[in-house]
Amino acid sequence: MSSSAIIAAHSSSWAAALVRISPYTFSAIGIAVSIGVSVLGAAWGIYITGSSLIGAAIKAPRITSKNLISVIFCEAVAIYGVIVAIILQTKLESVPKASIYEPESLRAGYAIFASGLIVGFANLVCGLCVGIIGSSCALSDAQNSSLFVKILVIEIFGSALGLFGVIVGIIMSAQATWPSKF
Amino acid sequence: MYGFEALSFNIHGGYLEAIVRGHRSGLLTTADYNNLCQCETLDDIKMHLSATEYGPYLQNEPSPLHTTTIVEKCTLKLVDDYKHMLCQATEPLSTFLEYITYGHMIDNVVLIVTGTLHERDVQELLEKCHPLGMFDSIATLAVAQNMRELYRLVLVDTPLAPYFSECITSEDLDDMNIEIMRNTLYKAYLEDFYRFCQKLGGATAEIMSDLLAFEADRRAVNITINSYPYGHEELAVCEDIDQVRAVMEKYPPYQSIFAKLSYGESQMLDKAFYEEEVKRHCLAFEQQFHYAVFFAYMRLREQEIRNLMWISECVAQNQKSRVHDSVVFIF
Repeated sequence: MSSSAIIAAHSSSWAAALVRISPYTFSAIGIAVSIGVSVLGAAWGIYITGSSLIGAAIKAPRITSKNLISVIFCEAVAIYGVIVAIILQTKLESVPKASIYEPESLRAGYAIFASGLIVGFANLVCGLCVGIIGSSCALSDAQNSSLFVKILVIEIFGSALGLFGVIVGIIMSAQATWPSKF
Repeated sequence: MYGFEALSFNIHGGYLEAIVRGHRSGLLTTADYNNLCQCETLDDIKMHLSATEYGPYLQNEPSPLHTTTIVEKCTLKLVDDYKHMLCQATEPLSTFLEYITYGHMIDNVVLIVTGTLHERDVQELLEKCHPLGMFDSIATLAVAQNMRELYRLVLVDTPLAPYFSECITSEDLDDMNIEIMRNTLYKAYLEDFYRFCQKLGGATAEIMSDLLAFEADRRAVNITINSYPYGHEELAVCEDIDQVRAVMEKYPPYQSIFAKLSYGESQMLDKAFYEEEVKRHCLAFEQQFHYAVFFAYMRLREQEIRNLMWISECVAQNQKSRVHDSVVFIF
């Protein structure tokens, strides 16, 4: 008997409590975090950049069309969250009652949970980053239009953060194989 | 928390910060000042200003212009900008914006009290008051005979009330006491404003404490020079400007100012201080997500109006050689 089975056998230990939570709970929370926290990051970033953009565009109306790119980068973060949530929910499968708490099931549940967390929080900080840079970009562009492209390069590096999260999240979720049904 | 203002500043302050930065881009540049300095008459000045932000304010003025009209219209633009920002602002930005005008309120109060002492007409005095410092019961200041009445009748309802605790005496108002009252009030106002900014914290506190400290130092030096032996600390033992210079040269920020003056000259001191002030206020715009940009913008506009007044006066009196004596370029 492995040591983890001995630990889990004590019915009043925390380890036992944790492994008796259904893997479907963890999966569902993971999917919720993936979409919910990503959208939080996108919304936060959009309002940070949008309020500066509106104010700056009063004196310099020419900046509006170019600076919508910042808003689009923030929006992309929300789309990543939606895509990963849809992928994750296709990974959910039913297993017979007897094998819900098997190590294989738990592994699948935890993989989906982790994937959701990764994507959600990476997109949160990415949205914030792009939003703050977008705000500075709008204000600088209003004063001196040659600065726009240079600051956009910084934003592109910032938006790569969300992409890193999506890549790792999808790799994690590819491991979510539930035990077969017999 | 200092460093994380970017996360929440834009909720309430983002739009207004962008607006004030837009206004800043409308400040007159060195090229504009050079054009204005070349003007021969006030109508030329009006023509040059019509291409700038002041255009709509000056275009309806009839042809024999006075310098006071130009200054009045430019101040009107500043007041309009300020009021637009104030009505859009929420707490604590609205309190911050109101604090900026208390200095003008103090000047207006002193103007009316002095004018009443010299038997001038109240209406005439009211027209000379700075529009940013007006408050409702200002006309009743003319009725007061001494400081206690002044406080009880008028000032207790204004935001200046807390600053009066140090200067209520039963003495009658005369020229000397009024000057002392003005400086005491201004000192209390700067300290109060400083405490308010410290409470706001973050970048606002850091930048504003530097700007307010410079303002306080400038006033202290001016008071010392104009009224020795009154002054503070080391300045208190100075007897003339050379001793003031010896004291101030120990502090690096002021070394450069006093180095520009040759011995015995005090009229260039004002210009040197204004140049340093403009430099510090321009630096406030280098950081984003704080309130000090609003304060800096108001002060830079006031400096611009001072410049325009000087240029207009020089042109009107045909003293164009002296134009560069007192114009401080902002950019």
